[in-house]
Amino acid sequence: MISGATGSGFGVPLAGVVSEFSDAIEFIFRSRESRAGGADVGGSQMLDLLGEHLQLTLAASLVACLVSIPLGLWLGHIRRGSFVAISVSNVGRAVPSLALIAFFVAYLGVGFTNVTVALALLAIPPILTNTYVGVAQVDRDSVDAARGMGMSGLQIVRRVELPLALPLIFGGVKTSVVNVVATATIAPLAGVVTLGDPIINVSTYGDEGRLAAAIVVAALAVAAELSLSALQRAVTPTGLKLGSGRTLRERFPFPKRRVEATP
Amino acid sequence: MSVPLAQVQLRDRSGDTGCVSNNGFCPDWIADNYQRYQDPLIEHIVLTLISVAIGFAIAFSLALLAHRRRWLAGPIVQVTGILYTLPSLAVFFLLLPLTGRGRTTAVIALVSYTLLIIFRNVRTGLDNVPAETRDAARGVGLTDRQLLWRVELPLALPEIMAGLRIATTTTVGLATLAFFAGAGGLGGEIFADVNFKSNVVVAGGLCVLLAAALDLLILLAQRLATPWARAAR
Repeated sequence: MISGATGSGFGVPLAGVVSEFSDAIEFIFRSRESRAGGADVGGSQMLDLLGEHLQLTLAASLVACLVSIPLGLWLGHIRRGSFVAISVSNVGRAVPSLALIAFFVAYLGVGFTNVTVALALLAIPPILTNTYVGVAQVDRDSVDAARGMGMSGLQIVRRVELPLALPLIFGGVKTSVVNVVATATIAPLAGVVTLGDPIINVSTYGDEGRLAAAIVVAALAVAAELSLSALQRAVTPTGLKLGSGRTLRERFPFPKRRVEATP
Repeated sequence: MSVPLAQVQLRDRSGDTGCVSNNGFCPDWIADNYQRYQDPLIEHIVLTLISVAIGFAIAFSLALLAHRRRWLAGPIVQVTGILYTLPSLAVFFLLLPLTGRGRTTAVIALVSYTLLIIFRNVRTGLDNVPAETRDAARGVGLTDRQLLWRVELPLALPEIMAGLRIATTTTVGLATLAFFAGAGGLGGEIFADVNFKSNVVVAGGLCVLLAAALDLLILLAQRLATPWARAAR
Protein backbone atom coordinates (compact mmCIF):
# COMPACT_ATOMS: atom_id res chain seq x y z
CA MET A 1 0.00 0.00 0.00
CA ILE A 2 1.34 3.36 -0.91
CA SER A 3 0.91 6.34 1.28
CA GLY A 4 3.60 8.69 -0.03
CA ALA A 5 2.02 10.92 -2.62
CA THR A 6 -1.14 12.10 -0.91
CA GLY A 7 -0.24 15.75 -1.21
CA SER A 8 0.05 17.68 -4.43
CA GLY A 9 3.14 19.27 -5.85
CA PHE A 10 6.38 17.90 -7.13
CA GLY A 11 8.20 17.24 -3.88
CA VAL A 12 7.48 13.54 -4.27
CA PRO A 13 10.58 11.40 -3.78
CA LEU A 14 11.48 9.66 -7.00
CA ALA A 15 12.07 6.36 -5.23
CA GLY A 16 8.41 6.30 -4.13
CA VAL A 17 7.21 6.88 -7.68
CA VAL A 18 9.47 4.17 -9.05
CA SER A 19 8.31 1.67 -6.44
CA GLU A 20 4.65 2.43 -7.18
CA PHE A 21 5.19 1.78 -10.86
CA SER A 22 7.21 -1.39 -10.25
CA ASP A 23 4.46 -2.65 -7.90
CA ALA A 24 1.94 -2.00 -10.64
CA ILE A 25 4.02 -3.80 -13.25
CA GLU A 26 4.42 -6.75 -10.92
CA PHE A 27 0.65 -6.74 -10.52
CA ILE A 28 0.26 -7.20 -14.29
CA PHE A 29 2.43 -10.31 -14.34
CA ARG A 30 1.84 -12.01 -11.00
CA SER A 31 -1.54 -12.72 -9.43
CA ARG A 32 -2.16 -12.04 -5.78
CA GLU A 33 -4.89 -12.28 -3.19
CA SER A 34 -7.80 -9.93 -3.63
CA ARG A 35 -8.16 -7.29 -0.95
CA ALA A 36 -11.85 -7.95 -0.60
CA GLY A 37 -11.44 -11.73 -0.45
CA GLY A 38 -12.59 -14.02 -3.24
CA ALA A 39 -10.69 -14.92 -6.39
CA ASP A 40 -7.13 -13.79 -6.94
CA VAL A 41 -6.51 -10.61 -8.89
CA GLY A 42 -3.68 -9.55 -11.16
CA GLY A 43 -1.53 -11.79 -13.32
CA SER A 44 -3.64 -14.11 -15.43
CA GLN A 45 -6.81 -12.44 -14.19
CA MET A 46 -5.65 -9.29 -16.01
CA LEU A 47 -5.74 -11.37 -19.20
CA ASP A 48 -9.43 -12.09 -18.58
CA LEU A 49 -10.07 -8.39 -18.15
CA LEU A 50 -8.09 -7.66 -21.31
CA GLY A 51 -10.09 -10.29 -23.20
CA GLU A 52 -13.39 -8.77 -22.13
CA HIS A 53 -12.10 -5.30 -22.98
CA LEU A 54 -11.10 -6.41 -26.48
CA GLN A 55 -14.40 -8.21 -27.05
CA LEU A 56 -16.38 -5.15 -26.07
CA THR A 57 -14.21 -2.88 -28.22
CA LEU A 58 -14.49 -5.18 -31.21
CA ALA A 59 -18.27 -5.60 -30.89
CA ALA A 60 -18.93 -1.87 -30.53
CA SER A 61 -16.55 -0.93 -33.35
CA LEU A 62 -18.08 -3.51 -35.70
CA VAL A 63 -21.61 -2.32 -35.01
CA ALA A 64 -20.52 1.28 -35.56
CA CYS A 65 -18.79 0.41 -38.85
CA LEU A 66 -21.75 -1.59 -40.12
CA VAL A 67 -24.09 1.32 -39.46
CA SER A 68 -22.00 4.29 -40.46
CA ILE A 69 -19.90 3.18 -43.45
CA PRO A 70 -22.86 2.19 -45.71
CA LEU A 71 -24.79 5.29 -44.62
CA GLY A 72 -21.79 7.54 -45.22
CA LEU A 73 -21.10 5.96 -48.62
CA TRP A 74 -24.69 6.47 -49.66
CA LEU A 75 -24.93 10.08 -48.44
CA GLY A 76 -21.55 10.85 -50.00
CA HIS A 77 -22.48 9.21 -53.29
CA ILE A 78 -25.68 11.22 -53.72
CA ARG A 79 -23.79 14.21 -52.26
CA ARG A 80 -26.65 15.12 -49.99
CA GLY A 81 -27.16 15.25 -46.28
CA SER A 82 -23.88 17.00 -45.55
CA PHE A 83 -25.66 18.79 -42.74
CA VAL A 84 -26.61 15.51 -41.08
CA ALA A 85 -23.23 13.89 -41.62
CA ILE A 86 -21.30 16.85 -40.26
CA SER A 87 -23.54 17.89 -37.39
CA VAL A 88 -23.82 14.35 -36.06
CA SER A 89 -20.15 14.54 -35.19
CA ASN A 90 -20.56 17.90 -33.49
CA VAL A 91 -23.40 16.58 -31.36
CA GLY A 92 -21.51 13.37 -30.68
CA ARG A 93 -18.56 15.30 -29.33
CA ALA A 94 -20.71 17.22 -26.87
CA VAL A 95 -22.20 14.14 -25.20
CA PRO A 96 -19.80 12.91 -22.51
CA SER A 97 -19.14 9.18 -22.67
CA LEU A 98 -19.75 8.83 -18.94
CA ALA A 99 -23.15 10.54 -19.28
CA LEU A 100 -24.14 8.32 -22.20
CA ILE A 101 -23.24 5.11 -20.39
CA ALA A 102 -24.97 6.30 -17.22
CA PHE A 103 -28.03 7.14 -19.31
CA PHE A 104 -28.08 3.60 -20.71
CA VAL A 105 -27.69 2.10 -17.25
CA ALA A 106 -30.47 4.23 -15.77
CA TYR A 107 -32.96 3.67 -18.59
CA LEU A 108 -32.08 0.28 -20.10
CA GLY A 109 -30.12 -1.46 -17.37
CA VAL A 110 -26.70 -3.09 -17.31
CA GLY A 111 -25.23 -5.77 -19.54
CA PHE A 112 -22.90 -6.43 -22.46
CA THR A 113 -25.47 -5.60 -25.16
CA ASN A 114 -26.41 -2.26 -23.65
CA VAL A 115 -22.80 -1.18 -23.25
CA THR A 116 -22.02 -2.31 -26.80
CA VAL A 117 -24.83 -0.14 -28.14
CA ALA A 118 -23.76 2.83 -26.02
CA LEU A 119 -20.15 2.56 -27.18
CA ALA A 120 -21.26 2.05 -30.79
CA LEU A 121 -23.24 5.30 -30.56
CA LEU A 122 -20.05 7.04 -29.46
CA ALA A 123 -18.10 5.46 -32.30
CA ILE A 124 -20.53 6.25 -35.12
CA PRO A 125 -19.99 10.02 -35.58
CA PRO A 126 -16.29 10.03 -36.54
CA ILE A 127 -16.71 7.13 -38.99
CA LEU A 128 -19.88 8.57 -40.54
CA THR A 129 -18.43 12.05 -40.98
CA ASN A 130 -15.15 10.77 -42.39
CA THR A 131 -16.84 8.37 -44.80
CA TYR A 132 -19.15 11.12 -46.02
CA VAL A 133 -16.33 13.63 -46.47
CA GLY A 134 -14.10 10.99 -48.06
CA VAL A 135 -16.68 10.12 -50.71
CA ALA A 136 -18.02 13.62 -51.26
CA GLN A 137 -14.55 15.01 -51.87
CA VAL A 138 -13.79 12.55 -54.65
CA ASP A 139 -13.04 14.53 -57.79
CA ARG A 140 -16.24 15.05 -59.81
CA ASP A 141 -14.27 14.42 -63.00
CA SER A 142 -13.22 10.95 -61.82
CA VAL A 143 -16.85 10.07 -61.17
CA ASP A 144 -17.91 11.44 -64.56
CA ALA A 145 -15.13 9.50 -66.26
CA ALA A 146 -16.26 6.32 -64.55
CA ARG A 147 -19.84 6.96 -65.62
CA GLY A 148 -18.62 7.63 -69.14
CA MET A 149 -16.99 4.19 -69.14
CA GLY A 150 -20.43 2.77 -68.48
CA MET A 151 -20.16 1.99 -64.78
CA SER A 152 -23.36 1.73 -62.80
CA GLY A 153 -23.91 3.70 -59.61
CA LEU A 154 -22.95 0.73 -57.46
CA GLN A 155 -19.81 0.10 -59.51
CA ILE A 156 -18.80 3.74 -59.14
CA VAL A 157 -19.17 3.46 -55.37
CA ARG A 158 -17.24 0.20 -55.19
CA ARG A 159 -14.47 0.82 -57.68
CA VAL A 160 -13.94 4.57 -57.64
CA GLU A 161 -15.36 6.32 -54.60
CA LEU A 162 -14.66 3.68 -51.95
CA PRO A 163 -10.97 3.18 -52.79
CA LEU A 164 -10.37 6.92 -52.97
CA ALA A 165 -12.19 7.45 -49.65
CA LEU A 166 -10.54 4.53 -47.84
CA PRO A 167 -7.75 6.52 -46.15
CA LEU A 168 -10.26 8.93 -44.63
CA ILE A 169 -12.65 6.12 -43.66
CA PHE A 170 -9.83 4.33 -41.87
CA GLY A 171 -8.90 7.60 -40.21
CA GLY A 172 -12.42 7.73 -38.77
CA VAL A 173 -12.30 4.08 -37.73
CA LYS A 174 -8.99 4.71 -35.99
CA THR A 175 -10.37 7.66 -34.05
CA SER A 176 -13.42 5.66 -33.02
CA VAL A 177 -11.59 2.50 -32.00
CA VAL A 178 -9.11 4.43 -29.86
CA ASN A 179 -12.03 6.27 -28.30
CA VAL A 180 -13.90 3.02 -27.63
CA VAL A 181 -10.80 1.45 -26.04
CA ALA A 182 -10.65 4.44 -23.73
CA THR A 183 -14.36 4.49 -22.94
CA ALA A 184 -14.65 0.74 -22.40
CA THR A 185 -12.70 1.49 -19.24
CA ILE A 186 -15.86 2.79 -17.56
CA ALA A 187 -17.91 -0.22 -18.66
CA PRO A 188 -17.74 -1.89 -15.20
CA LEU A 189 -20.25 0.80 -14.19
CA ALA A 190 -22.69 -1.08 -16.40
CA GLY A 191 -21.71 -4.54 -15.24
CA VAL A 192 -19.17 -5.46 -17.93
CA VAL A 193 -15.89 -6.41 -16.29
CA THR A 194 -13.26 -4.80 -18.50
CA LEU A 195 -9.82 -3.40 -17.72
CA GLY A 196 -11.64 -0.57 -15.98
CA ASP A 197 -12.62 -2.87 -13.12
CA PRO A 198 -9.43 -2.22 -11.11
CA ILE A 199 -10.04 1.52 -11.63
CA ILE A 200 -13.68 1.51 -10.54
CA ASN A 201 -13.39 -1.14 -7.80
CA VAL A 202 -10.15 0.01 -6.27
CA SER A 203 -11.04 -1.57 -2.92
CA THR A 204 -10.68 -5.03 -4.47
CA TYR A 205 -7.55 -4.44 -6.48
CA GLY A 206 -5.68 -1.85 -4.46
CA ASP A 207 -3.74 1.14 -5.74
CA GLU A 208 -1.19 -0.99 -7.57
CA GLY A 209 -3.97 -2.78 -9.44
CA ARG A 210 -5.47 0.53 -10.48
CA LEU A 211 -2.15 1.84 -11.76
CA ALA A 212 -1.57 -1.48 -13.52
CA ALA A 213 -4.91 -1.17 -15.30
CA ALA A 214 -4.10 2.40 -16.32
CA ILE A 215 -0.80 1.25 -17.82
CA VAL A 216 -2.45 -1.59 -19.76
CA VAL A 217 -5.28 0.63 -21.06
CA ALA A 218 -2.80 3.28 -22.18
CA ALA A 219 -0.65 0.67 -23.94
CA LEU A 220 -3.73 -0.83 -25.58
CA ALA A 221 -4.84 2.56 -26.93
CA VAL A 222 -1.40 3.28 -28.35
CA ALA A 223 -1.23 -0.21 -29.89
CA ALA A 224 -4.66 0.28 -31.50
CA GLU A 225 -3.60 3.66 -32.87
CA LEU A 226 -0.33 2.34 -34.31
CA SER A 227 -1.78 -0.81 -35.87
CA LEU A 228 -4.71 1.05 -37.44
CA SER A 229 -2.33 3.72 -38.74
CA ALA A 230 -0.30 1.00 -40.41
CA LEU A 231 -3.52 -0.46 -41.86
CA GLN A 232 -4.55 2.99 -43.05
CA ARG A 233 -1.27 3.37 -44.93
CA ALA A 234 -1.67 -0.11 -46.37
CA VAL A 235 -5.13 0.59 -47.83
CA THR A 236 -4.20 3.97 -49.28
CA PRO A 237 -4.18 3.67 -53.08
CA THR A 238 -0.71 4.16 -54.55
CA GLY A 239 -1.90 7.15 -56.52
CA LEU A 240 -2.89 8.98 -53.36
CA LYS A 241 0.37 8.22 -51.59
CA LEU A 242 2.09 10.54 -54.05
CA GLY A 243 0.20 13.33 -52.40
CA SER A 244 1.83 13.03 -49.03
CA GLY A 245 3.36 16.49 -49.41
CA ARG A 246 1.26 19.19 -47.83
CA THR A 247 0.91 21.44 -50.83
CA LEU A 248 1.17 20.96 -54.55
CA ARG A 249 4.37 22.92 -54.54
CA GLU A 250 5.97 20.50 -52.09
CA ARG A 251 4.77 17.51 -54.06
CA PHE A 252 6.14 18.64 -57.37
CA PRO A 253 9.23 20.76 -57.76
CA PHE A 254 7.47 23.65 -59.44
CA PRO A 255 9.55 26.78 -59.78
CA LYS A 256 8.92 28.99 -56.78
CA ARG A 257 7.91 32.06 -58.84
CA ARG A 258 5.24 31.51 -61.38
CA VAL A 259 6.10 34.64 -63.31
CA GLU A 260 9.74 34.75 -64.25
CA ALA A 261 11.24 38.14 -64.72
CA THR A 262 11.95 38.62 -68.41
CA PRO A 263 14.90 40.66 -69.47
CA MET B 1 -4.54 7.66 -1.72
CA SER B 2 -7.47 5.44 -2.59
CA VAL B 3 -10.62 7.12 -3.82
CA PRO B 4 -13.34 7.38 -1.20
CA LEU B 5 -15.91 6.02 -3.62
CA ALA B 6 -18.08 4.50 -0.95
CA GLN B 7 -18.40 7.93 0.55
CA VAL B 8 -19.65 9.35 -2.72
CA GLN B 9 -22.08 6.57 -3.37
CA LEU B 10 -23.97 7.08 -0.14
CA ARG B 11 -25.96 9.95 -1.48
CA ASP B 12 -28.70 11.67 0.35
CA ARG B 13 -32.05 11.45 -1.35
CA SER B 14 -34.02 13.82 0.74
CA GLY B 15 -37.70 14.21 0.03
CA ASP B 16 -38.09 10.51 -0.71
CA THR B 17 -41.28 9.77 -2.58
CA GLY B 18 -42.29 6.73 -4.58
CA CYS B 19 -40.77 8.15 -7.72
CA VAL B 20 -37.38 8.71 -6.14
CA SER B 21 -37.10 5.29 -4.52
CA ASN B 22 -37.99 3.77 -7.89
CA ASN B 23 -35.01 5.58 -9.44
CA GLY B 24 -37.45 7.39 -11.72
CA PHE B 25 -37.34 10.68 -13.51
CA CYS B 26 -38.84 13.05 -10.94
CA PRO B 27 -39.33 16.74 -11.80
CA ASP B 28 -40.25 17.47 -8.17
CA TRP B 29 -36.99 15.99 -6.87
CA ILE B 30 -35.04 17.97 -9.47
CA ALA B 31 -36.77 21.19 -8.53
CA ASP B 32 -35.91 20.59 -4.88
CA ASN B 33 -32.35 19.41 -5.42
CA TYR B 34 -30.97 21.41 -8.34
CA GLN B 35 -28.72 23.26 -5.92
CA ARG B 36 -26.56 20.23 -5.30
CA TYR B 37 -25.35 20.46 -8.90
CA GLN B 38 -24.28 24.07 -8.59
CA ASP B 39 -20.81 23.55 -7.13
CA PRO B 40 -19.91 20.62 -9.39
CA LEU B 41 -21.05 22.69 -12.37
CA ILE B 42 -18.78 25.56 -11.36
CA GLU B 43 -15.89 23.14 -10.80
CA HIS B 44 -16.57 21.70 -14.23
CA ILE B 45 -16.54 25.13 -15.89
CA VAL B 46 -13.35 26.19 -14.11
CA LEU B 47 -11.63 22.92 -14.99
CA THR B 48 -12.61 23.26 -18.65
CA LEU B 49 -11.60 26.90 -18.97
CA ILE B 50 -8.22 26.45 -17.26
CA SER B 51 -7.39 23.38 -19.36
CA VAL B 52 -8.42 24.92 -22.66
CA ALA B 53 -6.61 28.19 -21.88
CA ILE B 54 -3.34 26.44 -21.02
CA GLY B 55 -3.73 24.03 -23.91
CA PHE B 56 -4.34 26.89 -26.31
CA ALA B 57 -1.32 28.84 -25.06
CA ILE B 58 0.98 25.85 -25.50
CA ALA B 59 -0.42 24.58 -28.80
CA PHE B 60 -0.58 28.08 -30.33
CA SER B 61 3.06 28.77 -29.43
CA LEU B 62 4.10 25.38 -30.82
CA ALA B 63 2.20 26.09 -34.04
CA LEU B 64 3.91 29.47 -34.47
CA LEU B 65 7.24 27.79 -33.82
CA ALA B 66 6.51 25.10 -36.39
CA HIS B 67 5.39 27.80 -38.82
CA ARG B 68 8.88 29.30 -38.74
CA ARG B 69 10.87 26.10 -38.39
CA ARG B 70 9.00 23.65 -40.57
CA TRP B 71 11.02 20.58 -39.61
CA LEU B 72 9.59 20.85 -36.07
CA ALA B 73 6.04 20.13 -37.28
CA GLY B 74 6.58 16.38 -37.68
CA PRO B 75 7.98 15.70 -34.20
CA ILE B 76 5.38 17.97 -32.56
CA VAL B 77 2.52 16.17 -34.30
CA GLN B 78 3.96 12.81 -33.24
CA VAL B 79 4.38 13.74 -29.58
CA THR B 80 1.00 15.49 -29.26
CA GLY B 81 -0.52 12.60 -31.21
CA ILE B 82 0.61 10.13 -28.55
CA LEU B 83 -0.72 12.42 -25.81
CA TYR B 84 -4.02 12.59 -27.71
CA THR B 85 -4.20 8.82 -28.01
CA LEU B 86 -3.64 8.08 -24.32
CA PRO B 87 -7.03 7.71 -22.63
CA SER B 88 -7.39 10.56 -20.15
CA LEU B 89 -8.73 8.20 -17.51
CA ALA B 90 -5.50 6.22 -17.71
CA VAL B 91 -3.44 9.41 -17.69
CA PHE B 92 -5.09 10.51 -14.41
CA PHE B 93 -3.87 7.38 -12.69
CA LEU B 94 -0.48 7.37 -14.38
CA LEU B 95 0.01 10.88 -13.03
CA LEU B 96 -1.26 10.18 -9.50
CA PRO B 97 2.11 8.97 -8.13
CA LEU B 98 3.76 12.11 -9.56
CA THR B 99 1.31 14.91 -8.93
CA GLY B 100 -1.12 13.48 -6.41
CA ARG B 101 -4.89 13.82 -6.33
CA GLY B 102 -6.40 17.11 -7.28
CA ARG B 103 -6.91 19.68 -9.97
CA THR B 104 -3.26 19.72 -11.12
CA THR B 105 -3.43 16.13 -12.25
CA ALA B 106 -6.76 16.62 -14.00
CA VAL B 107 -5.60 19.78 -15.77
CA ILE B 108 -2.39 18.15 -17.03
CA ALA B 109 -4.35 15.25 -18.51
CA LEU B 110 -6.97 17.51 -20.10
CA VAL B 111 -4.38 19.92 -21.50
CA SER B 112 -2.41 17.08 -23.06
CA TYR B 113 -5.58 16.06 -24.88
CA THR B 114 -6.27 19.49 -26.40
CA LEU B 115 -2.75 20.07 -27.80
CA LEU B 116 -3.05 18.08 -31.02
CA ILE B 117 -6.49 19.47 -31.88
CA ILE B 118 -5.48 23.10 -31.51
CA PHE B 119 -2.00 22.66 -33.00
CA ARG B 120 -3.38 21.00 -36.10
CA ASN B 121 -6.01 23.65 -36.69
CA VAL B 122 -3.67 26.60 -36.22
CA ARG B 123 -1.22 25.01 -38.65
CA THR B 124 -3.93 24.33 -41.23
CA GLY B 125 -5.16 27.91 -40.91
CA LEU B 126 -1.69 29.34 -41.43
CA ASP B 127 -0.93 26.97 -44.32
CA ASN B 128 -4.16 27.90 -46.09
CA VAL B 129 -3.19 31.55 -46.42
CA PRO B 130 -2.84 32.03 -50.19
CA ALA B 131 0.71 32.48 -51.43
CA GLU B 132 -0.43 35.52 -53.43
CA THR B 133 -1.59 37.24 -50.25
CA ARG B 134 1.73 36.56 -48.63
CA ASP B 135 3.60 37.88 -51.67
CA ALA B 136 1.43 41.00 -51.68
CA ALA B 137 2.07 41.61 -47.98
CA ARG B 138 5.80 41.30 -48.50
CA GLY B 139 5.49 43.54 -51.50
CA VAL B 140 4.07 46.38 -49.44
CA GLY B 141 7.04 45.98 -47.11
CA LEU B 142 5.74 43.99 -44.11
CA THR B 143 8.35 42.29 -41.96
CA ASP B 144 7.99 38.63 -41.01
CA ARG B 145 6.45 39.55 -37.70
CA GLN B 146 3.99 42.01 -39.24
CA LEU B 147 3.11 39.46 -41.90
CA LEU B 148 2.28 36.92 -39.21
CA TRP B 149 0.21 39.13 -36.92
CA ARG B 150 -1.51 41.37 -39.47
CA VAL B 151 -2.08 39.03 -42.39
CA GLU B 152 -1.61 35.35 -41.67
CA LEU B 153 -3.18 35.06 -38.22
CA PRO B 154 -6.30 37.10 -39.03
CA LEU B 155 -6.86 35.00 -42.15
CA ALA B 156 -6.30 31.82 -40.16
CA LEU B 157 -8.72 32.89 -37.44
CA PRO B 158 -11.72 30.79 -38.61
CA GLU B 159 -9.60 27.61 -38.54
CA ILE B 160 -8.07 28.53 -35.20
CA MET B 161 -11.48 29.19 -33.67
CA ALA B 162 -12.81 25.93 -35.11
CA GLY B 163 -9.99 24.12 -33.31
CA LEU B 164 -10.77 25.96 -30.12
CA ARG B 165 -14.42 24.92 -30.37
CA ILE B 166 -13.58 21.26 -30.89
CA ALA B 167 -11.09 21.36 -28.02
CA THR B 168 -13.61 23.01 -25.70
CA THR B 169 -16.51 20.64 -26.33
CA THR B 170 -14.17 17.65 -26.06
CA THR B 171 -12.75 18.94 -22.79
CA VAL B 172 -16.22 19.42 -21.31
CA GLY B 173 -16.85 15.75 -22.05
CA LEU B 174 -13.53 14.52 -20.69
CA ALA B 175 -13.81 16.66 -17.58
CA THR B 176 -16.67 14.38 -16.52
CA LEU B 177 -13.94 11.87 -15.69
CA ALA B 178 -11.87 14.38 -13.70
CA PHE B 179 -13.46 13.31 -10.41
CA PHE B 180 -11.41 10.12 -10.68
CA ALA B 181 -8.38 12.35 -10.21
CA GLY B 182 -10.05 14.10 -7.29
CA ALA B 183 -10.88 17.27 -9.20
CA GLY B 184 -14.66 17.21 -8.85
CA GLY B 185 -16.93 18.26 -11.69
CA LEU B 186 -20.29 16.95 -12.87
CA GLY B 187 -18.93 13.46 -13.51
CA GLY B 188 -18.77 12.81 -9.78
CA GLU B 189 -22.51 13.47 -9.55
CA ILE B 190 -23.26 11.12 -12.46
CA PHE B 191 -21.04 8.41 -11.03
CA ALA B 192 -22.47 8.77 -7.55
CA ASP B 193 -25.82 7.37 -8.62
CA VAL B 194 -25.93 5.93 -12.14
CA ASN B 195 -29.19 4.11 -11.49
CA PHE B 196 -31.19 7.20 -10.58
CA LYS B 197 -32.72 8.60 -13.78
CA SER B 198 -33.26 12.14 -12.44
CA ASN B 199 -29.64 12.38 -11.38
CA VAL B 200 -28.25 11.08 -14.67
CA VAL B 201 -30.49 13.31 -16.79
CA VAL B 202 -29.75 16.49 -14.83
CA ALA B 203 -25.97 15.99 -14.48
CA GLY B 204 -25.54 14.64 -18.03
CA GLY B 205 -27.83 17.32 -19.42
CA LEU B 206 -25.83 20.05 -17.71
CA CYS B 207 -22.66 18.71 -19.38
CA VAL B 208 -24.27 18.85 -22.81
CA LEU B 209 -25.72 22.32 -22.17
CA LEU B 210 -22.34 23.54 -20.95
CA ALA B 211 -20.63 22.24 -24.08
CA ALA B 212 -23.25 23.88 -26.29
CA ALA B 213 -23.08 27.19 -24.39
CA LEU B 214 -19.28 27.41 -24.56
CA ASP B 215 -19.38 26.46 -28.24
CA LEU B 216 -21.85 29.28 -28.96
CA LEU B 217 -19.78 31.76 -26.96
CA ILE B 218 -16.66 30.99 -28.99
CA LEU B 219 -18.65 31.20 -32.22
CA LEU B 220 -19.93 34.60 -31.12
CA ALA B 221 -16.40 35.74 -30.28
CA GLN B 222 -15.29 34.62 -33.71
CA ARG B 223 -18.06 36.64 -35.38
CA LEU B 224 -17.01 39.71 -33.44
CA ALA B 225 -13.33 39.17 -34.20
CA THR B 226 -13.79 38.71 -37.95
CA PRO B 227 -16.08 41.52 -39.14
CA TRP B 228 -14.70 41.12 -42.68
CA ALA B 229 -16.21 37.64 -42.94
CA ARG B 230 -19.69 39.10 -42.53
CA ALA B 231 -19.01 41.91 -44.98
CA ALA B 232 -17.98 39.42 -47.63
CA ARG B 233 -21.21 37.50 -47.41
